[in-house]
Amino acid sequence: MAKIKMKKKSTSTDMTAMCDVAFLLLTFFILTATAKIPEALPVDTPASTVQVKLPDNDLATVSIGKKDGVNKVFFDLKGREVRKKTLELMAEKYGVSFSDEDKEKFALMTDFGVPIGSLKQIIDMKASDRVKADQPGVPMDSLDNQLKEWIYNARKANIEVNDRELQVAIKGDAKEEYPVIRKVMDILQDQNVNTFSLVTGLRGKDF
Amino acid sequence: MAELNTDSGGDKGGKVRSKKQNSKVDLTAMVDLAFLLITFFMLTTSLSKPQAMSLGLPDKDPKDKTEDLKVDENRTMTIILGDNDQLTFYMGLIYNPIAGPKKIAYGKDGIRKELLKRKKEVAAYTAAKGRPDQGMIVIIKPSKKSNYKNVVDILDEMAINAIPTYTIVNDFLPEEEKLLEGK
Repeated sequence: MAKIKMKKKSTSTDMTAMCDVAFLLLTFFILTATAKIPEALPVDTPASTVQVKLPDNDLATVSIGKKDGVNKVFFDLKGREVRKKTLELMAEKYGVSFSDEDKEKFALMTDFGVPIGSLKQIIDMKASDRVKADQPGVPMDSLDNQLKEWIYNARKANIEVNDRELQVAIKGDAKEEYPVIRKVMDILQDQNVNTFSLVTGLRGKDF
Repeated sequence: MAELNTDSGGDKGGKVRSKKQNSKVDLTAMVDLAFLLITFFMLTTSLSKPQAMSLGLPDKDPKDKTEDLKVDENRTMTIILGDNDQLTFYMGLIYNPIAGPKKIAYGKDGIRKELLKRKKEVAAYTAAKGRPDQGMIVIIKPSKKSNYKNVVDILDEMAINAIPTYTIVNDFLPEEEKLLEGK
């Protein structure tokens, strides 16, 4: 009697299709990716139903948030040339000198929150250390209003470089008290910037 | 997983047989790598760009001394943002309010219903006056204890309800201070 032989099935599966799909997705993600840059001051923005996206250039962002119980204001600017120019103008104003290498590094940085005097230390740090560094925030009280100067010089730089008016966005933490936000708004209004954006997250449709 | 090459043909025969190569390539490692990269890119991508709410505030140049414009109180609604996510609204003037002052909640069951109702009333009122182009005016007064989220929420409400004119005012009348404290 002949034994019934079981057909031996191959254990290997055909991976070709899976590989195709995986690489298709990979290509999609690489092409659509814009790297998430770690922010020195993490801010939890409130949600809203507006659909307008934040512009990619000609933009200065003032982040307001609380870190370790202290209200801090950080400043960020888009565009390398604008950043460089702004730093030059600020250095001139406050009598601090920056080398060309510093300017180059500053152009690639993101937001910062230090007085102009200690900015050099932050520039010299590595990107990963900047986030960890204990930045006290940009001074904005009436005696030493550096935030005002930053915004003013950034506007000036943007007009010189791009020939367009700079837009200012306020990125406030949802739990931030209103008076702090108002102070920043007042600084903007003192320079006749009466229109600005508030950065918000996305809210569900059924709100 | 990997396919074993079971071809063990020696060269017993006189003919030199070329070894039959297995045409299948093991793709497992490649797929592994691809998915690893996909995961990496998915996690590091910020797919959703943040939204921007545009806000225009009135000019406040101290040199600019234009006369205070008289506004029809029937069209104005004042919203005072208090602490603990509370808000109070009234229509008209605080000395002689048309409606309120009344405490109300945020969101679609609170302030939105009220706003829509008042907006219709104002529309009927201006239409009767023969000036249907004049819409409702909302004055937002955030108190010192309100937070940023409240301000964004109420501005969002303005956008949702399509209120034509609204502004943020930081000055409080004594009556309004009382209203805030007396809660």
